[in-house]
Amino acid sequence: MEHAVHDRGGMSPGEPIDRTEHELEDWELLTDALAGALARAGVMNVDQLRRGIESMPSDEYERAGYYERWLFSIETNLTEKGILVPGELDGRL
Amino acid sequence: MGSDHEHPHVHDHPHEPIGHDGEPAAAARVRALEELLVEKGVVTRESVRQGVDWLVSRSPADGARLVARAWVDPRFKERLLADARAAADELGLDAGPSPKVVAVENTDELHNMVVCTLCSCYPRALLGPPPAWYKSLPYRSRAVSEPRAVLAEFGVELDPGVELRVLDSTADVRYLVVPQRPKGTDGLDEKALAALVTRDSMIGVAQPRATEPQLA
Amino acid sequence: MRFGPGQRVRVASRSHAGHCRTPVYLRGKTGTVACVHGSFTNPETRAYDSDGLPEQPLYGVVFVQHDVWPAYAGPSEDSLVVDVFEHWLEEA
Repeated sequence: MEHAVHDRGGMSPGEPIDRTEHELEDWELLTDALAGALARAGVMNVDQLRRGIESMPSDEYERAGYYERWLFSIETNLTEKGILVPGELDGRL
Repeated sequence: MGSDHEHPHVHDHPHEPIGHDGEPAAAARVRALEELLVEKGVVTRESVRQGVDWLVSRSPADGARLVARAWVDPRFKERLLADARAAADELGLDAGPSPKVVAVENTDELHNMVVCTLCSCYPRALLGPPPAWYKSLPYRSRAVSEPRAVLAEFGVELDPGVELRVLDSTADVRYLVVPQRPKGTDGLDEKALAALVTRDSMIGVAQPRATEPQLA
Repeated sequence: MRFGPGQRVRVASRSHAGHCRTPVYLRGKTGTVACVHGSFTNPETRAYDSDGLPEQPLYGVVFVQHDVWPAYAGPSEDSLVVDVFEHWLEEA
């Protein structure tokens, strides 16, 4: 059975768990809040957020930080919905 | 390298090139994205700020209040286990936007432990944002398949004969563990009891504190 | 609601293209309905251009760990509870 990268149950036996505490950075809070604002605006719901995260290429998914995955998903969703024009955000950086 | 083996370097803080101000590329990107979306009228800055304010207002204190009340009031505990959202409402606490919140009780026979193997579902309204390890790939993997080994890493060894129950939060239900009240706490009031209830004990990877935390 | 508490159910073995909240490790496994959560929007459709309606029944299903993991290292009583939608469950 094809195994999606986000479906992790049983996938990493014995892998050490890094228990370092990590307080959320401002940009991470912003990413979280932006997803919430998009949901309240009826633009992108949580199931779409998850689906977008799951659409990341496997190696990128495993390398990315948690909120980097959220950002990828938000951009993917908004581009699919025609709200973001491809390249538009890059042009603002 | 010696005898060390390489394993995938996965973690939950940013791994991208550090920008000139020490932040990852994603930081500038999300700020620019917010600007763009506000300009386009897709979201308002106020809505985003409200979201940030809500998130930073969340901590394990609310969950601890629920647990402490359950410890002193058996009828409240019954109500908490039947409907955690209604019980939170009783205490004026925000149980959050998830459709359903379920409190599960640890007993002499049963120890509960919570995970979300598919992403990071977590009762944020009552516990605050989840710790990085909860969202990590190793925890998401091993909490379901090797929970006793995970508990050992967290310093927990269950008494013989205790059933370990792992709950994988795959849908719209959020789980909160009600740990057992530590022995020798009969003289403590609710506020003191709440101080014993740690975030990790409400996830199920730790027992509550036995004594009040000492001020530095 | 098709199933009730105490009923033995098996998770479907099928694969699913697209967003799905039934973990692969659970496919084909048999457990017992522990509770009936009620009905909720269907994430499999709501993740795409849909409102996820009609709502689908959701169950908390308890599995014996040894029934899920061939190499499970723990007592026979250890269990696993997973929330599974009705359309992923069959009578066992």
